[in-house]
Formats: sequence, C-alpha cells, structure tokens
Amino acid sequence: MPDNIETHLAFWYLAAASVAASLLMVSVRNPVHSAISLVVVIFHVAGFFAILGSGFLAVAQIAIYAGAIVVLFLFTLMMLDLRHLPEERVTHRQLWLGIPLALLLAVEAVVIGAGTPEVRESIKGAFPPATVSELGGSAEALAVALFNDYTLPFLGASVMLTAATVGAIVLARRIEEHERADFPRQRAQTSAANGADSAAQAEQAAQAAQESPR
Amino acid sequence: MDFWDWFIVVTKVLAVFLLLPVAPLALVLFERWTLGRLQSRIGPNRVGWRGSLQTAADGLKLGIKEDTIPAMADKGIFWFAPVMMVTPALAAWAVVPFGPPVDVGRTFGLWVADLNVGVLFFLAMGSLGVYGVVMSGWASNSKYAHLGALRSSAQIISYELVLGLGVLAVIVYSGSLSLVDIVNAQAGLWFIVPQFIGFLLFLIAAVGETNRAPLDLPEAETELVAGFHVEYSGMRWAFFFMAEYANILLMSAIAATLFLGGWHGWTIPGLEAISGVGWFVLKTGLFVFAFFLFRAALPRFRYDQLMNFCWKILIPIGALNLLAAAALRMAWS
Repeated sequence: MPDNIETHLAFWYLAAASVAASLLMVSVRNPVHSAISLVVVIFHVAGFFAILGSGFLAVAQIAIYAGAIVVLFLFTLMMLDLRHLPEERVTHRQLWLGIPLALLLAVEAVVIGAGTPEVRESIKGAFPPATVSELGGSAEALAVALFNDYTLPFLGASVMLTAATVGAIVLARRIEEHERADFPRQRAQTSAANGADSAAQAEQAAQAAQESPR
Repeated sequence: MDFWDWFIVVTKVLAVFLLLPVAPLALVLFERWTLGRLQSRIGPNRVGWRGSLQTAADGLKLGIKEDTIPAMADKGIFWFAPVMMVTPALAAWAVVPFGPPVDVGRTFGLWVADLNVGVLFFLAMGSLGVYGVVMSGWASNSKYAHLGALRSSAQIISYELVLGLGVLAVIVYSGSLSLVDIVNAQAGLWFIVPQFIGFLLFLIAAVGETNRAPLDLPEAETELVAGFHVEYSGMRWAFFFMAEYANILLMSAIAATLFLGGWHGWTIPGLEAISGVGWFVLKTGLFVFAFFLFRAALPRFRYDQLMNFCWKILIPIGALNLLAAAALRMAWS
C-alpha cells in the first residue's frame, strides 16, 4: 500500500463503509436489502484490492462476486418473493460461538497490524510489489501463481466445483415419467412432495379468496 | 502534477461525462430517421428542421412530467435502480481509447484511463448493468416488471459469457488486457480478420447485453407491456432510456476498438489525432447503425429459443473458438 495521505483516507473510508455495510447485511430483515448490502461490501473489498495495487483482483472481485454470484442470489430471491418474512428471533445459539470467534479474529488482526516488523515482514507472502511489477502486473502474477506454481491444486478445485455442479443438477432434476421405474424410492418422495405442494396450493387459494374482496 | 495536467484530466472526464446526456438525444433521432426510411414512412419531421429537435423536445417533456412512484413499491430501491443502471454504463467509458496520443507541448492520450486490466473493467461494468434491471423489476412490485426483470437477469448473465468468450479470443492475440495496447497491436492487421468468429459472437452478445431487438425479451411490449421499467415515468424513466443508448454506444465503441483497429486507418500527415478520432467515430457509428438495422429487420426471438441459442450454440462455438485461437497462437510463436 503506498504510504500517502490519499491512500490512508481511502483506506479508512473503505474500512468504515465495508464494516457498516456488513453490519447492515446481517441485520436487515428484507433478504433483498441484505443482498444489496452484500454488493456494497463487495465493492468496498474491491477497493481494498485496488489500493493494494492489485487491479486484476479488484476487477475480478466486481465481475465475479457482484456481477455474477449476488445477481444469482437476487434472481433466486425474486423467484421466491420473500417480501413478507414471518417475524423470527434475530439471535440464535450460533451467537455464543460467533462472538468468541469474532473476538479471536479481531485480536489476531491487531497482533498482526501492530506486531513487530518481523511479523509484518513474514506475512507479506510470495508476491511483494517488487515481484509483481517484475512479472508485468497483477494479472501476470496471478497467472504465474495459478498456472505454474499451483497448477494441480487449481485443477483439483476446478474438478471439485464441476462435480458439485453436476451433483446439484442430479439432485434437483425432475424425474421423467418413463424413468420412474428405475427410481422407486424417489417416486415415493416426489409423490409425497407433490401432495405437499397441492396442500400448499389449496392453502394459498383459500388465502387469495379471503383477500380478494379488498 | 501541475495545473495543466489537472486541466487535461478534468477536461477529459467532463467531455466523457457530458457525452451521456447528449449522445442519446442524437442516437434516438438517428434511429427514428433510420427506422422511418427502412419502414417506408416519414419518421420525425415536425419539430425543427426535418424533425431534428424532436428528441430534445421529448427530453424536455420527460423532464417536466410527473414522476410517479407506485404505492406498494420499495421506495429506496425504486429510487436507486435508475442510478444503478446509468452508473456502470458511464463508468465503463473511462477505459475507451478515443484516439492516438496527441502532442501539444505535452503528450497525453485521448482516453480517461489506460488501465492494465481495461478489458476486464469493461466486462465488470457490463455485468453490473443487470442490477438496475433486477432492482427496478423487484422494487416496482408489479407482475410485468417482475417477469421482465427475471427474464433479463437470466438473459444478461448468459450473454455475458458469450461476450467474455469473444473478448478472450482477442486477448489471446493481443497478449494484453489494456485497450490501448489492443489498439496498438492492430496497427498491421485488424483483429476482425483472424477472429471473425469472435467478432460475430461479440456482436450477437452485445445485442443480447443491451436488451435490443431481436433479443429484447425483457421489454417485449406485446407480452410484458414494457418489462422491468413499466412503473417508471418522467425523468426516472429517461434514465433507463439514457442507459440503454449509452450502452449501445459503449458496445459499438468497444467493438470498434477490439475488432476494427480503434483509431487506426489512413491518416492525413500532421493531423494524426483528428483523423484517428474520425476513424474511431466512423467505426463506432457503423456498429450503431448495425444495431438499428437489426431492430428494423429481425423479428423477436421466443424466450426458450433465446436461451437455447445462447447455451447450446453460442457458448460451445465460443469455447471452441477460444481453444483454436490459443492453439494457433501457440503454434505461431
């Protein structure tokens, strides 16, 4: 991070805004508002990458997380139309695990940030700014790391993601009539699910009938 | 940086910023004239010389029109959606190179910023445009808007992949993500020659990304009234309109930069900068005209055809094309 006044101002703005947006994200009730707060957080994290001199990561963060993943969240939320969530308890038992973990992380961050010069030197990693500019830029540095040094883990992660996608499709797939004989257990399940569906539909219809005079 | 450096930067930013409100006025007029001629009717011809002030009058009308917000709308998001629509369309202009570097006492390029990840910045901003659509569709609390937004988010996400595959094939040849470097790499041969398939993919995806006919399913007047922005009126609606035309212009400019060599062309000695900008404007105008021709000539796709066309035809072609480009490039060097 370049050590000048603009960068420091940018850092403190980004830090404050991303913490505020994160708090908003976990505290608002409306899931669509929550997703939009998540987009704000992602933008500010991209800002951190930018002031750290990694333009590639900043742009990739926006293109992938904001441009693809949260859009899919929003897409799903819109399909479900969760406008009127029932009132629920906001805090759950995870709180008692979450608070100590958050405190631990905070302590860790303080120790690293305020630590001795040796500690700060040891966390700089394999790609300090000098190495990155030697390689020709942040995109090139990332490419070298992914495709030269860590090719196998990278390929392994890709294969696992593909497997997870295929798995999700298999689980969610509707089974056609002529295939039913091969899946006796699933047939029972789907017919049960259909029964539940029609019960829910009947309930909705009854509600609609009640509301219609309005 | 001294005073003149600041002056140049501020001038460049303002010039690009002012393009947004002015360009749609001209483009809409040009489109209506073109469509009029193509459909054997007169087109705008009342306000000003041959109707040349028609869109300015329309803009004025929109400015003084009542701006309604539906009673059940989510007001904050409803208010913010047009902003989210216009901002990425404008921000992406920061990386477009308009002309060659000029030398008037000091040398500066005719672009706002030459990012070393310029192409990715353009793609990232393009992927943000979908938020305006999704937010407006959801916040309007209207079935037409909701359906339009659902269609649109699926369509834009899908055609973005095709756009990306077309751009990646160019990057394989240029070896750089900076748009200025890409233009410079085309000094000898424009990339449309080695990457004609990539060019076609980019063109189709650009139409899909900007929601223009024949891929304008999110709006589809016949079934969805006007789709995601049906509840908007007045100046807020004008923002959606502005964003659409700013995006058309942006896609045309990027297509000219990536495939037609940007500012390259025959130059008049001594006037390199002016002829460079002239070539860039001419090439961009060619693509804008193509957008209008598509709208006049082609019927709208059905929604399932649109998605099948993208996922079963365009994306496999794009992936194979990228593979072939990379293989050729490896064999060459």
